[in-house]
Amino acid sequence: MAYEPILTRNVGKPEVLTVAGYRAAGGYAALAKAVGMEPGEVTEEVKTSGLRGRGGAGFPAGLKWGFIPRTDKPKYLVCNADESEPGTFKDRVLMENDPHQLIEGCAICCYAVGANTCYIYIRGEYVEPADILERAIRDAYEAGVLGDNMLGSGFKLDMRIHRGAGAYICGEETGMLESLEGRRGQPRVKPPFPAVVGAFGCPTVINNVETLCNVPHIIERGGDWFRAIGTDERNTGPKLYCVSGHVARPGVYEFPIGATLDDVLGSAGGMLEGRQLKAFIPGGASAPILAAEHRGVPMDFDSMAGVGSMLGSAAVIVMDDTTCLVRSVSRLAKFFQHESCGQCTPCREGTNWAAMVLARLEAGQGTTADRELILRMTNNMSGTALCPLADAAVGPLRSLASSFPDEIEAHLGGDGCPYPVRRYFSGEAG
Amino acid sequence: MAEPGMAQSATALPEEVRAAIDALRPGYPTTEALLLPALHLAQEHWDGWLPDEAILAVAEELELPPARVYGVVTFYDLYHQRPVGRHRIRVCSNLSCALRGAGEILETLRRELGVDEDEVTPDGRCSYVHFECLGACEQAPMMMVDGEYHGPLTPDSARRIVEELD
Repeated sequence: MAYEPILTRNVGKPEVLTVAGYRAAGGYAALAKAVGMEPGEVTEEVKTSGLRGRGGAGFPAGLKWGFIPRTDKPKYLVCNADESEPGTFKDRVLMENDPHQLIEGCAICCYAVGANTCYIYIRGEYVEPADILERAIRDAYEAGVLGDNMLGSGFKLDMRIHRGAGAYICGEETGMLESLEGRRGQPRVKPPFPAVVGAFGCPTVINNVETLCNVPHIIERGGDWFRAIGTDERNTGPKLYCVSGHVARPGVYEFPIGATLDDVLGSAGGMLEGRQLKAFIPGGASAPILAAEHRGVPMDFDSMAGVGSMLGSAAVIVMDDTTCLVRSVSRLAKFFQHESCGQCTPCREGTNWAAMVLARLEAGQGTTADRELILRMTNNMSGTALCPLADAAVGPLRSLASSFPDEIEAHLGGDGCPYPVRRYFSGEAG
Repeated sequence: MAEPGMAQSATALPEEVRAAIDALRPGYPTTEALLLPALHLAQEHWDGWLPDEAILAVAEELELPPARVYGVVTFYDLYHQRPVGRHRIRVCSNLSCALRGAGEILETLRRELGVDEDEVTPDGRCSYVHFECLGACEQAPMMMVDGEYHGPLTPDSARRIVEELD
């Protein structure tokens, strides 16, 4: 019960924004320890920890590092700070409150894989977080943490911030690489995977902010310590849950991975007064919507997959009994329509059709065939594109049609949406 | 400064923008990788949007075909090809904010500023758009004014923030 926060322990302590303050709080001890180890040992420790990527896909981080070939080519780390999955804001909180934790995690990763350059690709809208990070990086250079001789180890590390310009697809790792290289963020054909041919044609690790923030703790306290936190061997470590929607105190809450909705609601002050839980999205806009009955299921990678959803970025969007799910899914469908890069036909056409069909339903002009139509579209979009955006768009659509058929039914009477229109949604949505 | 009598190229980047781009060059192994940062810098210089002359100047500076640069400009939401207000407001309208009243905030701005989305107020002071998730759902409903986040908003607080912009 008494869980000591790990990743967010420095949140709200402005003194850790400087190298000196961060050091006083125990920071950079892990990096000092890491540079005294063999690079391969560092990767092994991360493998032992069982750390899985916190950006959405849940790929084992140590395994990813292990794919970097031993070559004389330059190697890169690209830290994914593009945080654009609707409902997700944990990486912003980490960067604003504890930038050196991220810098330390990046530095350890770079040492482990032999990358002398790290780009932090941060979404263009995050102006203040980028400024905070920029200052912290400058400070780290001055303190000899970064630069030609990292902590006196002889290892050279150059770190810089690269600002995005507003495109969800750049959160997809090869879309991000295209964007970093100065192009439209259109995902690449894989293989080759970025570990072999990544940034500028060189071996590249791409890890999410939260993933990298776990790394100093793993090195400092050991992979076995980390592995003991969480649900089981496949779901280890601390996890940040971003709670938003109809709750009393929206925010980022840290738990051992595998917290239930009831756990996070407990921290977030419960539902807004007088409201009942209707449904929730456990992992951002791409995750299938779950009914209230799943409130006791651990929100970890495998348990969420087990109930037909996904942990994703652990963006928990809570919806009360006054929420129209057709309207909500319609809003998400517009998002995916806007964000499809247009490269693959099933995604470009499918996200567009989905938005049109949902808008029609929302306006009370749907037909009894629409539920079938939605399911058919989602089948055509699943696994048929170069990147996971189409599959992401399918998440909310399919769950609406398969788990909440009554919501669709209720819009077919000809009178449109039966829920009170409270001008909550943007004007264009009605 | 161009020498007297020398025609200024129609596509020249101002010296300070060029210097800022040059300062970034050592950080990237290719010139093309400078495109996004260069467009950010150019847009800042050209009052928040990218007229054709800015796009062509960036293309020339980085030795890229203009079509490549146009392709990038049109792909990203933060680059603009139309004039914007002195203050640029982006109202988050994705699900978390929508559930908490983003629609009301947009309507408040429309009423308060007297223009539609993507239009500039006659005095050139403001323009606003609805935007996809800005990554601040704990502040929902929220908006971004220039580089700064504001939330949680009420129609009243949104009105006050807009009134106080110079």
